[in-house]
This record gives sequence, C-alpha cells and structure tokens, in this order.
Amino acid sequence: MTTSRYLPDRGLSARMGFTIFLLGALFVVLGSVLVYYFAFWGLVFVGGFLAVQWFFSDRIALYSMGGHEVTPEQAPQLHAIVDRLCALADMPKPKVAIADTDVPNAFATGRSPKRAVVCATTGIMRRLDERELEGVLSHELSHVAHRDVTVMTLASFVGVLAGFLTRMAIYSGMFGGRRSSNNDSGGAPVILIITLVSVIVYALSFLLTRTLSRYRELAADRAGAFLTGQPSALASALTKISGEMGRIPTKDLRQAEPFNAFFFTPAVAPGFSISSLFSTHPSLEKRLDQLGRISAELGRPTA
Amino acid sequence: MKWLDAALGRNKPTGPDLDRLFGVPDAAITLQVSLGMLPTGLGSVCFRAAEGAAFSTMQDDLQQLLDADGGPKVEASTDAYGFTWLLARHDPADVPGLVTELHAVNSTLQDNGFGPAVLCSLVGFTASDGRRLALVYLSKRGTFYPFAPSGAEQRDTALELQVRSAVAEDMRIEPDLARWFPVWGAPGL
Repeated sequence: MTTSRYLPDRGLSARMGFTIFLLGALFVVLGSVLVYYFAFWGLVFVGGFLAVQWFFSDRIALYSMGGHEVTPEQAPQLHAIVDRLCALADMPKPKVAIADTDVPNAFATGRSPKRAVVCATTGIMRRLDERELEGVLSHELSHVAHRDVTVMTLASFVGVLAGFLTRMAIYSGMFGGRRSSNNDSGGAPVILIITLVSVIVYALSFLLTRTLSRYRELAADRAGAFLTGQPSALASALTKISGEMGRIPTKDLRQAEPFNAFFFTPAVAPGFSISSLFSTHPSLEKRLDQLGRISAELGRPTA
Repeated sequence: MKWLDAALGRNKPTGPDLDRLFGVPDAAITLQVSLGMLPTGLGSVCFRAAEGAAFSTMQDDLQQLLDADGGPKVEASTDAYGFTWLLARHDPADVPGLVTELHAVNSTLQDNGFGPAVLCSLVGFTASDGRRLALVYLSKRGTFYPFAPSGAEQRDTALELQVRSAVAEDMRIEPDLARWFPVWGAPGL
C-alpha cells in the first residue's frame, strides 16, 4: 500500500479561500457603486494598468532589483540546484537570474510557470550554504507553481482600484469643484459616496491582501519543504536571513525596492521576496513552527 | 481543479511513474546494434533523502534487502547538491536484472511515502572508443533522456541527439530539451 507523507493543511486552504471570498465580495460592493454611477472608465484604466504590470512582471522585477539572467556556464551551481528542484517538482525550468547586491534576498516572478524567472542576490548566495540556498529556491519555485503573481495581481485589483478612485475624487474635488456646481447639483454627493466607499474598501482590501500574502508565504514554505524533504534547512535559511536583515542599513533596503514606491500600490508587488517586505510575510516564529511540524511528519516511522 | 489548487496555494508532490523503466532492455539492444554502445552493468537511482529517522531507517533496510542476493553490494554516496545515489552493479549482459533492481529501489521509496523524493534513475553505457553515455529516467515525467559527458563539464550533444533518434521507438524521450539537465560525475556513468 502506497502511503503519502504529504499532509495537506486544510485550515490554511480554508482561510485562504475565505480571504479570497471577502476580496471578491469587496469588489462586488465597489463594482456595483461604480457601475451605478457610470465610473466604468476607472475600472478599465486600473484593469489595464494591472494587466500590463502582470504581463511584464518578470522584466519589471528583474529591472528593479538590478538582476540579470545567467547561463548554466556562468552560474553552474545555481542552475544545477534549480534543475534538480524542477525535476523533483515536475515543472518547467524558469529563467535563472542573479542580482549584484549584498541584500540577502531571492524572488520569483513571471505571469506563468513557463515565463517565470527565479532570481537570487549575490548577498544571499554568499551567506547561505547549499542546502539553505536550495530551501530558499524551493520556496520561490513553489510561488511559481502556485501562480502567486497572477493570484496576487487579481487580489490587489480591488485595492488598487479603490486607491485610484480615492485619489481621483480628491483631485476632482480640488480642481473640478466649480464645474460641478455649475452643472447638475447631484454631482457633489456622487463624489462623496464614491470617495467614502473607496476609502473603506481600500482599507479593508489592504488588510485582506496582506493576510492573503502571508497565507501564500506559508503555503510556499510548506510546498518547498515537502519538495526538498528538508524543512530544517529552510528554517535555518529563514533564521539566518532575518538576523542579517536587521543589521543591514536601511539605505540598502530602500534601494532594493524602488518600484514599490513607483507604483501606488505598495501593498502587493508582483515579486515575492523572501524577506524584504516584512509585513506581507508571516512572523518568523510562525514559519518556523510550521516547518517544525513538517519535519516531525517526515520523520514519523512508516506504519 | 488546477485553478482551484492554484487559488488556494496547494500542490500535491508528484510521485514517480515507474512502469516505463522497463523500456531500457529494448533500448540497450538498439544502442548496441545501431551505435555499438554496450551496457556497463552499472545503474543508479538518485533521490533526495528527507531529514528524520524514518528515511534513514528505510534506506538502511533497503540496502540490506538489495545486498541479500549475494551479488555485488549496493553503494550509497551523496553528491555536492545533497542528493543520494544508490549504485547497483550487475553483469553487463543482464540489463533486465539491473533494471529490476533499480525498480525495486524506486518502489521501496514510493511505498514508504517518499515517492516525491525520487529525482532520476540512470543506466550506463560505453562505446569501444571510450565515450560514455547514460540513459537518464525522469521518474516524475516517465521519460528518458541521454546524457553524454565529454571532458570536464562538457556534453557531447551530437551523440545525445544521435541516441535520441536511435532509441525513440523503444522508450519515450523527454521532448523538452530544457529538462535534460546534466548529472556530472553521477555514479554509474
């Protein structure tokens, strides 16, 4: 009888599903207000903006991190690790890139597993040994397998739309006040309603997308640990990096994420770094707890 | 329900597909007839050992089981990437026996819940001019690819492509060339 050591986390799946449901419900609220007041163009504009961001996510993230693609001859070790992990996971091999920065970080991005790119910084490669680096890469490849760029782009749609509308409402309140008073007297309440709904939706979706992001990090940790069979190596990599991150001057960290400031949605960026955005990641304690449970499960004697 | 799994961020680790491993004996005959390459009698299985007592106990039991037949002992080694290789030696003429042994290793791993840990299995061949070749079996895909090292970290791509067309009827060759990853210095090569 074939046994499986893979233990699904139904609680995590349920929490993630519920978060996605709430985001969808928010979108329905915002969308119905918009359609009611004919602000359809905002929907199209934000949709198009996010579509472009999603479509070029690999190039945007690589460019902003200063990463460049490397051939197997240039980085044989990194390629060999990715080769093996992809063969274990039965997934197509993504492009492999290296960013020349001392910030210990790694990320995976791209709109589909076939168009994905995995990037490690020279800082992380210097600090981690091979097992730990493999753990980090298995975490990043799990993001690719879970299509996290697509899921998070869709999830952030509501928030970006609400943020966009809030800004537009403020601008039109500042510059368009005279026009609305000359025209229909019903103009002011419409802007007020849209602003109010947008602000509330923005606040809620901000919290929800971050919650979802944390769940997805846990899911990637879990899938990565099962892939390599070495949860403790990933745990040790996480501990090392979190310790190192605290000691690095903030200037480096800010340089590492310029495109978060560039887009007006800092909540979710289309790259999934292992440590640069603390608030989008679960606490180290939580991640280590989960990895510890997986380790115990893998070591369980065969029944 | 692939989209649902993606939405909920879960994926079941893939287990191996072992039946196609038995295509090797036919391919060995073809290689001998068309390219003059002979089996070396060496074969190996590569897997990622999981941490914890369960895996090491299973590996010890497995090695005892394989050594019980009185033939040459199975050798275990760990490569630079932390993967374990179990090397089996057989009479070069007995390719089916070698494949059966490789299959036993694979299925033992699977029966103990470590199926997803299997990376690949390979069978070694050599030509009279000293060129070496391995038929690598990607367990997760159920496909083979040829790997022919020539010198330090160089591949004899011409020979690999030659082998691909020669054995295409005996076994399923991995169509995605990006998955033909090199296994430098693998035991059994």
